[in-house]
Amino acid sequence: MDNLSELFHGFTIAVTVPHLALMAVGVLLGILVGVLPGLGAPNGVSLLLPLTFGMQPVSAIILLSSMYWGALFGGSVTSILFNIPGEPSSVATTFDGYPMARDGRPTTALATAFGSAAFGALVGVILITFLASWVAQVALAFGPAEYFAVYFLAFASFVGMGGAAPVKTVVALAIGFAIAAIGIDTVSGSVRLTMGVDELVKGVNFVVAVMGLFGIGELLVAVEEEFHARAVSSKIEWREVFRTVGRLPRHSVALLRSAAIGCWMGITPGGPTAASFMSYGIARRFSRRGRYFGTGEVEGIISPETADHAAGTSALLPMLSLGIPGSATAAVMMGGLMIWGLNPGPMLFVDQKDFVWGLIASMYVGNIVAVALVLLTVPVFAALMRIPFVIIAPLIVIICVVGAYSVSNSYLDVVMMLGFGIVGYLFKKLFYPLAPLVLAIVIGDKAEDAFRQSMLMSRGSLGIFFANKLVTCLVVAGIALLLLPLVLQLARVWRKPASPNVETQSQEKVVI
Amino acid sequence: MRGTSLFLLSVSAAALAGSAPACAAWQPQKPIEFVATAGPGGGTDNIARAVQNIITKYKLTEQPIVVVNKGGGSGAEGYVYGKASAGDPYKVIFGTSNAWQQPLVSKVAFNYTDLTPIAAMAQDEFLLWVKQDAPYKTAGDYLKAAASGEFKMGGAQSKDTDEVLTRMIEKVGHVKLTYIPFKSGAETAVQLAGGHLDSHVNNPSESIGQWRGGTQRPLCVFSPKRLPQGAKVTLSEGWSDVPTCAEQGLDIKQYEQPRTVWLPGKVTPEQAAYYVDLMKKVQATPEWKDYIEKSSQIDTFLTGADFDKFIKEDLEHVKQVASEQGWLVK
Repeated sequence: MDNLSELFHGFTIAVTVPHLALMAVGVLLGILVGVLPGLGAPNGVSLLLPLTFGMQPVSAIILLSSMYWGALFGGSVTSILFNIPGEPSSVATTFDGYPMARDGRPTTALATAFGSAAFGALVGVILITFLASWVAQVALAFGPAEYFAVYFLAFASFVGMGGAAPVKTVVALAIGFAIAAIGIDTVSGSVRLTMGVDELVKGVNFVVAVMGLFGIGELLVAVEEEFHARAVSSKIEWREVFRTVGRLPRHSVALLRSAAIGCWMGITPGGPTAASFMSYGIARRFSRRGRYFGTGEVEGIISPETADHAAGTSALLPMLSLGIPGSATAAVMMGGLMIWGLNPGPMLFVDQKDFVWGLIASMYVGNIVAVALVLLTVPVFAALMRIPFVIIAPLIVIICVVGAYSVSNSYLDVVMMLGFGIVGYLFKKLFYPLAPLVLAIVIGDKAEDAFRQSMLMSRGSLGIFFANKLVTCLVVAGIALLLLPLVLQLARVWRKPASPNVETQSQEKVVI
Repeated sequence: MRGTSLFLLSVSAAALAGSAPACAAWQPQKPIEFVATAGPGGGTDNIARAVQNIITKYKLTEQPIVVVNKGGGSGAEGYVYGKASAGDPYKVIFGTSNAWQQPLVSKVAFNYTDLTPIAAMAQDEFLLWVKQDAPYKTAGDYLKAAASGEFKMGGAQSKDTDEVLTRMIEKVGHVKLTYIPFKSGAETAVQLAGGHLDSHVNNPSESIGQWRGGTQRPLCVFSPKRLPQGAKVTLSEGWSDVPTCAEQGLDIKQYEQPRTVWLPGKVTPEQAAYYVDLMKKVQATPEWKDYIEKSSQIDTFLTGADFDKFIKEDLEHVKQVASEQGWLVK
């Protein structure tokens, strides 16, 4: 109960007029950078950082973290309305959010996303409050082998998930891995796959890839198919916002499961991106309406959003207690901590109680402020969908070009973004899934580093992946997820003998 | 307290302003871009932002300064950008010894000769760290235990400063270490805290939080003499209590990493001189002292011939290690 009294102490710091005002300002700025092209949370936070140098550390972190919450919510807006995810972790939200918005229900899609995101964040903060010290210990148990096992689990939950043919999923993954390999290799230090373009040494930025694949790719498809090109006549109704939020408890199973996945991936340093993908994959497999996923299912929005925010929130804990930033934004904030004269690390919780518990209390209050503000803005954002296609299409192109350019002020990025647009279009036309491609681009090189670091440690023996209980569990769970569709298929064949036997065998080869 | 420090600031600001007009040969006419060759939050990013702050605070130039991060490819992105901006005096590149070390060991599209050296502004020290509950108390004990050949040494990046030092330890201490590269020093420190590694050679600022938290401790520092007296880090010890590696029988007298500042190539000597002077002014402020102390670095200022000499010597030394290891690229 020590933690509770600390938390109450924290509330006395966080709930003061100046701090509440900072939260509101932070959240609004955050929503703005989340929605605006190419800004995003890490840039927004680093722009704001110099302003905080004169502040008390607690006030500074409250401002920056509120901005982070605002940007997370704001990022979902563009994912849902325009199919342009601003952060890696909101890619999975586009899968069902965008179809639902196109279907004339942008209000429902946005309100569902915000409601479940708030739930996820809340679960994450509660976890931090009560399990702070335990959680820090769990994260320490993660060496390279365990990291690899977590990434493997995320990939496994996607391969053969149904929907696309498993072969196509594997092809998409392989292309993603190749793209992730571009640039300098951490383990050998050598330059790979730059194809004579000097600037490619920096690698392919995620934002560049995703803006092209989703934003431009979708636009090309829309131009071709007249159906997409119609403006959506959405009703702007305040009551729909509250009705949607009120309906959320009906999906309590999905909410709880996704929050659990999110927290787990946030603590184990898998991060929000892996969490949202995994949660979506698992929801698709276990939901009764799984086969409708991708057409605008409510649970297809709930699962990634809840997991994303649960992971994003609980990932702040390893940052504070261990000094490992879980995301780009967390890395910027950590730079801030050092400039304010605080050292992230195990002693922060002992030396800087006011700071830590003020921050944790502000997470509760900040998220409430954020969700209230974004829910109020839903109808405004939904109204954007009524703008006719002839106006919105050039806007999307501008968003993507500016967004790609501002990643590192580089013209090459704009060219690559357009190239990815064509890839995205081809993938859609040929029914190749984009999700595994994006997943491989985002965590492919991390998985590779972890695997090769493990191999260095064990001197080439795969035994390291079964060396202790933790890593064995993770690897076995991953293999089980990989084989599950196969087993289900075999079971079906068992019940209905004869005909589709040959097909199963060929699929088996692919999965393995 | 507040009042006094404000007073001191205004006094030193006035002193700086007084010295400014003496060297008004070239003045910037448009905004200046500081390029940090590392991602946000790392040591290189911190120094760029610290310098930016000091310049803005004392209005050392009329022009606004923006910091951009180009940390892709272990910093190569930023240097390549600097090479591509030849002749542009509005791009200031902040880096480390990477600028001359990286082209030796990987096929990056730049060399330090493509840039105009301005100064080396601070030196980061290296220490040998082990897990808090490790049985060895001195570098000698460590080497004895490492003779088993089973030791894992972690570090940031591959074939970079950390690995070079690791190979030097191997040679001097007659041991064999398995080097495992991670993305950053902070990540390496956490891996040691979790017991996945046996040791690493982090800079003070990368592990200070972990030392204070009792997850790891330094055995010795790779420096000719002990570090300067400062505040205690743990209850009983501070940086000055850490013995040098040489006095413990690990005979590497000096190994440090400079924080370097560059302009693109083909700028005029007047333009270079302007920035040398600007950095000197930055170094004279109390904020700079504060930054140096908080990040546990050593304050130095090498420019002109001294800086060139430093680069040449370091390059010779790294080249030797790299050729022994077969890392040199043709």
